[in-house]
Amino acid sequence: MEIEPITGRYARMDIHGRPHRLYWEEAGAGIPLLCLHTAGSDGRQYRALLNDAEITSRFRVVVFDMPWHGKSSPPEGFQDEEYQLTTDGYVDLVVTVASALGLDRPVVMGCSIGGRVVLELAKRHPDLFRAVIGLQSSAFAQRYFPIDPLHKPTIHGGEMCAAYCYGLVGPQAPLAERWETLWHYMQGGPGVFKGDLHFYSMDGDVSDRLGEIDTAACPVYMLTGEYDYSCTPEASRETAALIDGAELTIMDGLGHFPMSEDPERFRSHLMPVLEKIAG
Amino acid sequence: MIEPLQELVNTNPALVRRGRWTDVDMLLGIGDAHWMVTVRAGRIERIEPEAWAVSGWDFAIKGTKDAWEAFWQPVPPPRHHDLSALIREGKMRFEGNTDLLLANFLYLKLILETLRGRV
Repeated sequence: MEIEPITGRYARMDIHGRPHRLYWEEAGAGIPLLCLHTAGSDGRQYRALLNDAEITSRFRVVVFDMPWHGKSSPPEGFQDEEYQLTTDGYVDLVVTVASALGLDRPVVMGCSIGGRVVLELAKRHPDLFRAVIGLQSSAFAQRYFPIDPLHKPTIHGGEMCAAYCYGLVGPQAPLAERWETLWHYMQGGPGVFKGDLHFYSMDGDVSDRLGEIDTAACPVYMLTGEYDYSCTPEASRETAALIDGAELTIMDGLGHFPMSEDPERFRSHLMPVLEKIAG
Repeated sequence: MIEPLQELVNTNPALVRRGRWTDVDMLLGIGDAHWMVTVRAGRIERIEPEAWAVSGWDFAIKGTKDAWEAFWQPVPPPRHHDLSALIREGKMRFEGNTDLLLANFLYLKLILETLRGRV
């Protein structure tokens, strides 16, 4: 048996003025590195990062499951509500969790919806975050596929969410990591992925605010996989061009879930960014 | 052209198991050519070429010839490696009972991938 160096705990805290039970994992010590999972998934996407001794020797890696996701419960009364992620709600969530866990000016790294919200965080709260890393990050993502089938009684939601994401994984990703990534999608709650996509392709357009980001106060790094047809390399390039001082890397062979679908390949692109941040 | 699909699927127990509840009549459009693919309990029962005048299919998956050729490369290029990617590129479209198609989407993606490097 081998016990991983990850600690997982639950915390009770108010989010958006309502009591929540939130699950988070962490490993390491040093500069806080807060990680945000993709729409419809959970913090297990960062399992390799949390197990990476070279990173955890210098960073306190913290990963939480958003409410409704993974082991974090939805709030009381959820059964009569429709879950829908909004820009303001997402920003408030990240700020609340970072504060509750006592993280001192963390680096915040997010993927997909997380890659989008870090741009919003850099703009609104450069005083709270020492740098942001956007994975599969773009100002906006055009909807190209219907989302109602993600939550419909005639279609199995878990199978549908996995099918939806299947091709977003790069075709050369190791099979074990590909299917682990899809498994997380298969386990999502009904309508949760769809609710996150409200932010991704409806509410969360930051295009008109990117010019206000001050990268001297809060540096912006962007890493995008070449096989992503949801947040394409072109979309990331256009976004980076609107942020003075943003640094963008296009990652060969990777898709929409770099940290989860192919951690080894992702690592080679992430390490130089962490080196810069750690100084 | 796509005839090997029958053996590739029917000799793959994991794919047949995944599709054990899948009974569909699917029209595959590759450029101007059309094939009728009959699936019963996850097995490909028939593949009929020149299905240009058939009716009664549940749904159709139609792509340009270039799109399918790229999709079936051993390592397909970005934006051509998945049915959803080709939809986004405007090089593929779905017709008919799309709820039935999507209810079997993962199975369909996986069986169509078996032709990579074989076409």
